Amino acid sequence: MNTSDTSLAVEKVGKKYGTFAALSDVSFSARRGEFLSILGPSGCGKTTLLRLIAGLESHSEGRVIIDGRDVSGSPVSKRNVGIVFQSYALFPNLSARNNIAYGLKSRGASREEIVARVDELLDLVGMRGMGRKYPAQLSGGQQQRVALARSLAVSPGLLLLDEPLSALDAKVRLLLRGEIRQLQKRLGITTVMVTHDQEEALTMADRILVIEKGRLVQDGTPHDIYDRPATPFVASFIGAMNFIPDAVKVHDGVYGLGGHHVQVGMENGSAALPPGSRVTIAIRPEDVLIGRELGSANIVPTTVSAMEYRGAQFRLSLVVHSGERSGLRLDADVAAEKVRRLQIRPEMDLPVHLPFNRLRVYGAGEAHA
Amino acid sequence: MPEGGLATEAATASARARVDDGFWARVDGERWIKRLLIVALCLWLGVVLVLPVLQLLVKSLADDQGGFVGLTHYVKYFNSPNLFVSLRNSLVVAVLTTLLSVGLGFGYAYALARTTIFGRGLLKGVAMMPLFAPTLLNGIALIYLFGRKGLVTTGLFGLLPGVDIGVYGPVGIVIAETLYAFPQAVLILVIALKMTDARLYEAAQSLGASPLRIFFTVTLPGVRFGLMSAVFVCFILSFTDFGAPKVVGGNYSVLATDIYKQVIGQQNFSMGAVVSVVLLIPALLAFIADRLVQRRQVASFAARSVPLIPRPNPRRDVFFAFYCWLVGGAIVIFYLTALFASLVKVWPYQLELGLWHYHFSGTGGGGYSAFFNSLRMSAYSALWGTAITFLAAYLIEKTRQLHGLRQLAYFLSLAPLALPGMVIGLAYIFFFNARGWEIAGVFVANPFNWLYSTMAILVLCNIVHFFSVSFLTATTALKQMDREFETVSASMGVPFTKTFVRVTVPVCLPAILEIGMYYFVNSMATVSAVIFLYSADLPLASVAVANMDDAGDTAYACAMSMLIVAANILVRLMYGASTAGIRRRSQAWLTR
Ligand SMILES: Nc1ncnc2c1ncn2[C@@H]1O[C@H](COP(=O)(O)OP(=O)(O)OP(=O)(O)O)[C@@H](O)[C@H]1O
Ligand SMILES: [Mg+2]
Repeated sequence: MNTSDTSLAVEKVGKKYGTFAALSDVSFSARRGEFLSILGPSGCGKTTLLRLIAGLESHSEGRVIIDGRDVSGSPVSKRNVGIVFQSYALFPNLSARNNIAYGLKSRGASREEIVARVDELLDLVGMRGMGRKYPAQLSGGQQQRVALARSLAVSPGLLLLDEPLSALDAKVRLLLRGEIRQLQKRLGITTVMVTHDQEEALTMADRILVIEKGRLVQDGTPHDIYDRPATPFVASFIGAMNFIPDAVKVHDGVYGLGGHHVQVGMENGSAALPPGSRVTIAIRPEDVLIGRELGSANIVPTTVSAMEYRGAQFRLSLVVHSGERSGLRLDADVAAEKVRRLQIRPEMDLPVHLPFNRLRVYGAGEAHA
Repeated sequence: MPEGGLATEAATASARARVDDGFWARVDGERWIKRLLIVALCLWLGVVLVLPVLQLLVKSLADDQGGFVGLTHYVKYFNSPNLFVSLRNSLVVAVLTTLLSVGLGFGYAYALARTTIFGRGLLKGVAMMPLFAPTLLNGIALIYLFGRKGLVTTGLFGLLPGVDIGVYGPVGIVIAETLYAFPQAVLILVIALKMTDARLYEAAQSLGASPLRIFFTVTLPGVRFGLMSAVFVCFILSFTDFGAPKVVGGNYSVLATDIYKQVIGQQNFSMGAVVSVVLLIPALLAFIADRLVQRRQVASFAARSVPLIPRPNPRRDVFFAFYCWLVGGAIVIFYLTALFASLVKVWPYQLELGLWHYHFSGTGGGGYSAFFNSLRMSAYSALWGTAITFLAAYLIEKTRQLHGLRQLAYFLSLAPLALPGMVIGLAYIFFFNARGWEIAGVFVANPFNWLYSTMAILVLCNIVHFFSVSFLTATTALKQMDREFETVSASMGVPFTKTFVRVTVPVCLPAILEIGMYYFVNSMATVSAVIFLYSADLPLASVAVANMDDAGDTAYACAMSMLIVAANILVRLMYGASTAGIRRRSQAWLTR
């Protein structure tokens, strides 16, 4: 990648607390204007990674490069980053205006400049006319906007957000997701957002970094991450996934599961495995197809064992008919309309189609979460 | 131009301005300033706390020429029946006082926290009265009530049959100390009783438990840590107090008066040091126990508890109202008697009221110059004490540098809780009066010697004496602030000093004022530490009370005590008014 286009580069960064490695060997980079999301379960090291980038935590190994400058040893004040915390950390004794102006005042800007800039920022975050209010007089969403405006006031080269929306209720969260994303695009500011909400990451980010136990396990676009999860962990963490263990490789592109042969279009590393290897086959519930559109290959006969109503759709629990082994289970998400049309009931026999380009294969070594 | 245009332009401009690949980009001046301040704090605590106490310990192991004599003095102490008996006396007094003050305080606190009786605000204020007075005054008031010519002893000057309770000795000491420890017990127990989860009571009631059973199965276990803490605090207070036994002790000697007699009376400094150490050890044990208990108390109160709102209950409330007004009334009568006595011309013969004793001429002690010295000393102590305490708490709580040193500073900041005033005072004489020390054969002159018998040493001594409680108040206030304030400021390139001034201090202002008031009130009233440190040309009001009482000028002593109480109440009222003002002003940012 062209260095002048790289806004942030993290190289082989690691962090230890005593003997506990909170992060190890994390490398990635962000192009200018890119929106990155760091996603992972609680305690995996997301906040630690963000704090390392910000310079709030010193890292044990590796380098952090911002705008082509190695800032590894520099404190946060010299990294030119804006930070928004989950708690917002708005100064309670200062009005929204003064909160936003806080960083400007110490840079020797004139009064008029500050007033103009604060007005501009209030407009930017949709808070025109509310500058006089104190944080406690603002709703959670409004506080979040002020915090965002405050972090943008000093024109940072990099914006860091630590679970910025997690303290808000669902409706506001949805609204702010869109707004933050729009704002970020408009300003063209490189942004790294930590979240444990997969939906947030999928809808907002240009790229998602999935962290598991302090390691970066996948770095890709939302599409990549969802459609081609690199490990069973990623697959199960983002969306739902059926894992069919103990499948056997017959030859390249063909695997045996429960006495049936299925074709797999996308191999990821499994192409290198010799025939006879044990693998895990995975498919998302919404990719398990039923009804008329069945193709000719990859048809598996099943029985419906249970149905769970989920509003717009049903989650069907299916038991695969198999010669050698019973108890091979699959979940399928089917639109409610289709369930009614096909009159699907428990105990009914139901052949399903596993589209060959939606199946994933994981080597047996990759234990899934 | 689109709205974003200006911002992006500014962004790049500023980014360019701040990019600086040189050496200075890596140096974080703030970190160094913070490190320096933490080191300075530790050094300061070392000089004003650790070294003086060490000096005291050394003194107890040395003869008057400074030669090491091991435990000789201790052996002598434990073989001297007179001195040893004081230890027993002190323990007896402390145990009785603790039982009484915690027992009485529990009922009082229960009424304040758990009932709906009338006038709880006033009752709380009344219970806090003893905090404003020197403990000498408790003794003096007792003498006017129960002494040979006291109101009760003479039956209101012969109107009624009198009763003599034999106030000189343990009885008087215990009553005076109970009065002294009572407010502390009430404060601790009110908090403990308020920190109980209402749901426990609802659960117990729904299971059909009787009120008595609920009391023993829910209430008492719920406040057990508070109770233990109150016990330890009252024990330390009454075990180490000097003022009350000085006045009403008679021949009943306790450790604190022994130290005074050894040092001031007999100039036997080594033995004074030994008695100090003997005084220090039980106080230290109680302090450690209290710390352990406090740690568990914090852990046992869940953040999601539902606060208990007391509901009216006529039978219970009548009982507690009666009890509280009785106890509160006794406290009021106590201090009113002292006020009356200070105004009476010649007790008990000429009962004309007037400011006869408020001119302080013809008596020792220093009169008004002593009073004004005390005011000055207390004001300085409040000012410097608040500044230093708050800064110390800030450095320990809000910086991330030098973890080990901050731990050490935290521990040292709490240590004064275990140090009786007498011990601090004596340690200060030994340390600051020393000409120097032989260290490995080299004579090192004492660089702090000039402080001796100045106002500065009195202020320093007060700051250390009352450091811990103030420190804990500041720490609690700072802990309630978002941890990321400092981080946010740093990310915007704002120096931490600016955030300290613009955010930390304003938000913590109520706590800061509280600390200031605490320092002032205690510095006015204290006698135990400063009695060793004041000098003839710098007399102090509380010491004057002791000296005038010693000389038999009880009425003057009483009048001086009244001045101290009046000054303290005035400062308390000013504090109340200013916090009310702040609350009004900051309503906007405290409430929705
Ligand atoms: N100061 C510290 N000392 C020791 N361990 C720490 C410290 N800070 C974090 N950790 C540990 O490092 C790991 C990663 O913490 P981190 O806060 O980065 O998690 P996270 O992914 O942000 O989790 P969450 O989603 O819960 O916020 C955790 O196991 C945590 O216990
Ligand atoms: Mg986190």
